[in-house]
Amino acid sequence: MDGSVQSMSSDYPAIGQLYHQHSRQVLATLIRLLGDFELAEEAMQEAFAAAVRQWPEEGHPDNPVAWLIRAGHHKGIDHIRRGQTARRYSHLMAVDEENSEAAAPEGIEDDQLRLLFICCHPALSLDARVALTLREMCGLTTEQVASALLQKPATLAQRIVRAKKKIREAGIPYEVPEPRQLAERLPGVLRVIYLVFNEGYSRSDGDALVDVSLSGEAIRLAEVLAKLLPEGEVFGLLSLMLLHDSRRSAREDEQGDLITLEDQDRSRWDQKQIELGLKWLEQALARTPASPYTLQASIAAVHAQARRAEDTDWRRIARLYDALYRQHPSPVIALNHAVAVAMRDEPEAGLALLDGLLGNKEILTYHLFHAARADLLRRAGDFESAIVAYQRALELATQGPERRFLKRRLQSLSGGV
Amino acid sequence: MKYVALVYYQESIINAMTDQEWHDLNQECVAGVERLTEQGNYVTGQPLQPTDTATTVQVRNGEVLISDGPFAETKEQLAGFYLLEARDLNEALHLASRIPPARFGSIEVRPVRELPPKD
Repeated sequence: MDGSVQSMSSDYPAIGQLYHQHSRQVLATLIRLLGDFELAEEAMQEAFAAAVRQWPEEGHPDNPVAWLIRAGHHKGIDHIRRGQTARRYSHLMAVDEENSEAAAPEGIEDDQLRLLFICCHPALSLDARVALTLREMCGLTTEQVASALLQKPATLAQRIVRAKKKIREAGIPYEVPEPRQLAERLPGVLRVIYLVFNEGYSRSDGDALVDVSLSGEAIRLAEVLAKLLPEGEVFGLLSLMLLHDSRRSAREDEQGDLITLEDQDRSRWDQKQIELGLKWLEQALARTPASPYTLQASIAAVHAQARRAEDTDWRRIARLYDALYRQHPSPVIALNHAVAVAMRDEPEAGLALLDGLLGNKEILTYHLFHAARADLLRRAGDFESAIVAYQRALELATQGPERRFLKRRLQSLSGGV
Repeated sequence: MKYVALVYYQESIINAMTDQEWHDLNQECVAGVERLTEQGNYVTGQPLQPTDTATTVQVRNGEVLISDGPFAETKEQLAGFYLLEARDLNEALHLASRIPPARFGSIEVRPVRELPPKD
């Protein structure tokens, strides 16, 4: 079903493009009008199929999106009336009467927000939220989502079916939370978007470190959200992702091995994306208080603006991590703060701060803690302790490129002792 | 839509309460029910006696099996339920978040299922 319109419309590039650009809007509005995901998806596909048939003969409508919504709405109602689905949708008939004129294109943007908020509803499992968002908001097929998330298509399809069933039967509403609850719900939506980004940016296992499409989808989602919901934390997340993503082609070598920020060829950083990221950051900073995403974006911006690694303003980075820690006292942030202090002052100062974290059991199983400690020990000239720490990091690391990086560091140190 | 909010908590927390704390908690629940009723969200509900009063019944191969205690030993025990009338899950979750034991226990919110009409 997913591919049918796309392949059919290859003869009608205008409709193919329309599908690419507007199918999510049409779907989002149809879900509101028809009150059901599955039914709305079917109706949308049929509306596009009707467009492929009718438009070449009857000409393009003035407002194609409104045409598609109206056509889809009618198809959906036909389905309900035809009765094979009457039982399941009987409660929707009332909605249909009320909304007979609602197919007008106003409110379409709100529909996209509604769709995003329902896909990211906290009553769904986090896995289901990610899958639904990619499937419904980004318009990826189930197969594409499965391969992007390194999961079996059957497992993923099952998860989506279960999520839609819960949406229907538990009565998860198709609405943007009212202002009172928006502040509570928005972080959950941003978390899903950031998860999609990180899933693409840095794999939790396997060998491919960068998947362009998932990071790109996350950025696109945040761009849509920034337009619909101009909140500081949305701008902050968008900026953060753009700034990280700008280093994409510099962060691994031809063999797919990791290159540290310090050793990256900065001429390969995407300056256009950096500019865009800085622009969004400026907007985010105009709204106080600065959200955690905005603070992280500010840190990424310090790196982005340093022409050479040695020009990095570590004083500012240490301050930003300190501010971040005050918002979210987590050991991982404390770890980053310690590294920034080490770079600002000297390795020993950072090591002293890291020693202060040793009481935290969780951080002791975090490979980056040991990798950071090893790096500071190396910089301080204590190669023997550095080797022990690198070995511990290697035991805990799961990613191919990270493991190879740690092995290289170990080899160079072992040779040097 | 109708939702059941099942209230779970560790009975040991209640057992450790002073008389005054227990009294205050109950009064808070009474006020909560009053508010829910005024808002039209309250259908019915009932707190339960502790699990050491529970008896479990099963019928296997036509034989009635009766055993002492709740059907499963869990970290938190079922302590009561509310039957709520709410517009949708968002409203039901909001109402559940204001049930006093949510602060130290857990509230499980489930939509009710209607039995099919008699054949």
